[in-house]
Amino acid sequence: MFPSRYWREIPQRYRLEAAKCTGCGKVSFPPRSKCPKCGGVEFDEARLPEKGVVKTFTIIRVAPSQFVEQAPYAVGIVELEGGVKITAQIVDCPLEDIKIGQKVRIEFRRLQEDGCSGVICYGYKCVPAL
Amino acid sequence: MRDVAVIGVGLSEWGELWKRSLREIFVDAASAAIADAGVDRIDSMYVGCMSGGLFVGQEHLASLLSDYLGVASIPACRVESACASGGVAFRQGYIEVASGMNDVVLVGGVEKMTDVGGDGATYALATAADQEYEVYHGVTFPGLYAMMANEHMSRFGTTREQLAHVAVKNHRHGAMNPKAQYPFEVTVEGVLKSVLVADPLRILDCSPITDGAAAAVLCPLDMAKKLSKKPIVRVVGSGHSTDSIALHDREDLTELAATKRAAEKAYKMAEVGPAEISFAEVHDCFTIAEICVIEALGLVERGKGGTAAESGLTALGGRIPVNTSGGLKSKGHPVGCTGIAQIVELTEQLRGESGKRQVKGAKRGLAQNMGGTGGSTTVHILEVE
Amino acid sequence: MAGIVGYGAYVPRHRIKVEEIAKVWGTDAESYKRGLMLKEKSVPAPDQDTITMSVEAARNAVKRAGIDPVLIEAVYVGSESHPYAVKPSGTVVSEAVGTTRNIHCADFEFACKAGSEAMFICIGLVEGGAVRYGLAIGADTSQGAPGDALEYSAAAGAAAFIFGKEDGVARVLHTHTFMTDTPDFWRREYEYYPRHGGRFTGEQAYFRHITTAASQMMEKAKMKPQDFTYAVFHQPNGKFPMKVGEMLGFKREQMEAGWLSPTLGNTYSGSSPMGLTAILDVAKPGEKILMTSFGSGAGSDGFIFEVTKQIDKVRDVAPKTREQLDNKTYIEYGVYAKFRGKIRKAV
Repeated sequence: MFPSRYWREIPQRYRLEAAKCTGCGKVSFPPRSKCPKCGGVEFDEARLPEKGVVKTFTIIRVAPSQFVEQAPYAVGIVELEGGVKITAQIVDCPLEDIKIGQKVRIEFRRLQEDGCSGVICYGYKCVPAL
Repeated sequence: MRDVAVIGVGLSEWGELWKRSLREIFVDAASAAIADAGVDRIDSMYVGCMSGGLFVGQEHLASLLSDYLGVASIPACRVESACASGGVAFRQGYIEVASGMNDVVLVGGVEKMTDVGGDGATYALATAADQEYEVYHGVTFPGLYAMMANEHMSRFGTTREQLAHVAVKNHRHGAMNPKAQYPFEVTVEGVLKSVLVADPLRILDCSPITDGAAAAVLCPLDMAKKLSKKPIVRVVGSGHSTDSIALHDREDLTELAATKRAAEKAYKMAEVGPAEISFAEVHDCFTIAEICVIEALGLVERGKGGTAAESGLTALGGRIPVNTSGGLKSKGHPVGCTGIAQIVELTEQLRGESGKRQVKGAKRGLAQNMGGTGGSTTVHILEVE
Repeated sequence: MAGIVGYGAYVPRHRIKVEEIAKVWGTDAESYKRGLMLKEKSVPAPDQDTITMSVEAARNAVKRAGIDPVLIEAVYVGSESHPYAVKPSGTVVSEAVGTTRNIHCADFEFACKAGSEAMFICIGLVEGGAVRYGLAIGADTSQGAPGDALEYSAAAGAAAFIFGKEDGVARVLHTHTFMTDTPDFWRREYEYYPRHGGRFTGEQAYFRHITTAASQMMEKAKMKPQDFTYAVFHQPNGKFPMKVGEMLGFKREQMEAGWLSPTLGNTYSGSSPMGLTAILDVAKPGEKILMTSFGSGAGSDGFIFEVTKQIDKVRDVAPKTREQLDNKTYIEYGVYAKFRGKIRKAV
């Protein structure tokens, strides 16, 4: 991954920075320049909560090139407190124990790397909430 | 708007075509469609292709394919909308003929997928999802549909066996299709024992990697009546809609809102409802996809898609046969080509040319083609005059 | 003087038992368990490194400090396993924590004392008035070569401290340092695993530097071992910190709260700083703590802290160190070898 592509998304990857529409209150993640709900163009900065619930998930056994070494791994759609849904890996949990409705929280992890000499890409993953 | 007819269709050979290139298979399909139509010219051309760039390192297909088809001077355009590329190409051609801009328009679809390895293909297909917020996290296409399956199973009680029944039915249909890539039957047990790809989806829940091309020739209805000796197949409905690219951005993860909206438009234009459709070709890239699609099309009630294949409702001879060609599952899924291949099946069925898998009294067929997890969808309704 | 206004630790979830490693290399597990007082060690998952653990420890420290992270004006990450040879760890940590951009940021390396170096410098900057708050982190995912004695102890973990002008949860009463050039343990550029001087790393390196730094500091402070409720030293294994404490005149009870190595292993730059977090998790206002780190090469940094009333308010705001230590999943050597990149999948 060319570094600029990774670098551009750092506020979202590292800090879950989102945008809250001043008109209708809808939170967009990542931030957008036009609110998908009301068309508004003014936003307040928002940070997504770091706790949520697994809405659905799967275990990836056949992975794309840059994830082959990690397979098998779990990916889920997680609804964070407040209702925004994100796609994220679910780690630190035996694959057979992951369930819909499970409570999780965000942790900072390595997501992928561009070979052993390329840039290391960090971001959010979910772990079971204690 | 003028009435538009499909006057010619053609398919290339399908499968793992080690000896054939993208340009060759496209020319095969296009030539077959032109011959079937009996036309002596093409005014314009649209070709659906998802990723010539990632699969064979080739973009600029408008120039390449018009050149190799021997029609290099015409306006040509490559259309991309992930796996809905073919359906969108068809709609663009339809609009061009209907508008009066041109009379004889070739719409095609092509994908050459076997020139990359398995993880390369997984990567290329995953580009139809949100690169930064889905794919970045390691999700794959089977993975996204697997998440839809888990949600559907947990919410509506759809069972693992019911998913398998979709594959069993489509392979039974495909076994009657000489063009199918995998024209053999599978059993529920065989599906359930096949290797896991993304839980709960197994390899026999997934459509294969396919090289293939398809083409159709469109012209004004009046012209078709003068030219064609075959039954006239008319485009009576066309709908096209988009939705969020990221599955997680949808309010309802299994509703397929774009399919629902495209279908509503197509039904309205055709002045028919789901009950008046004789048969349908739908986008069963995974078994769960067919279940969600037939619900979104209104062929079955929401949440009841799981029982349709098992009960025989969507099998040949059932109330609404779905994927008589074998679907993407058995016939194969050259991604950018699929939408046109569905039109080929519809046309042949409506003309009564489908041999052993012929739907008796087929009057009106529906084709639904979608990109990604349903971020783009076309629905077309064709009727025999 | 400065104070610790927030602290936090991070322990990865996976553990490997000494028996599991001994089984592979045909060694006597009991000798490691008895001789070095090591039962098991933490193992980072493949998606964890010094940066990710530093971020988690720092976020816990920010929670306990109860401050807006934008007020943090210095970030130092001490480690001997920075993921990049060239490119700072601190910039990632700073962005992930959400500090100001007008921040002084650097990565430190001094074998196992890189974390205490970061603390030392933050204290100096805060006391001198150069920064409002300084974030000091010690973290490592160190590797022992397969079959080497270090493989039984090299572990992963992180500790983070935010220092400020106020007393915070613990006031800094004294600092001290002692250093000589002693090649007891090293890793050359482009080498994957470190090498060491075997028994030479004991008396002339570990014991000499810690006892000198700690005793000089106590002398300077006019304090004796009995003036402290707690003492914590660098923990390359279970045995050394207890032995060095006894050499200095400390009793076992003073050292137990911060003695993590028997079930954590050696977290290198995170070692004595993590011990300090475990002490803060249980300490009462007014109690005094002596901490002395050790880094091969070699040197020791010493600190004397006095716990304040604030500790009772912030202790439970973030996960405690021993709670994290108890939340574990054991893995076998094969999985461990995969996690640590000792074997790689063919792709």
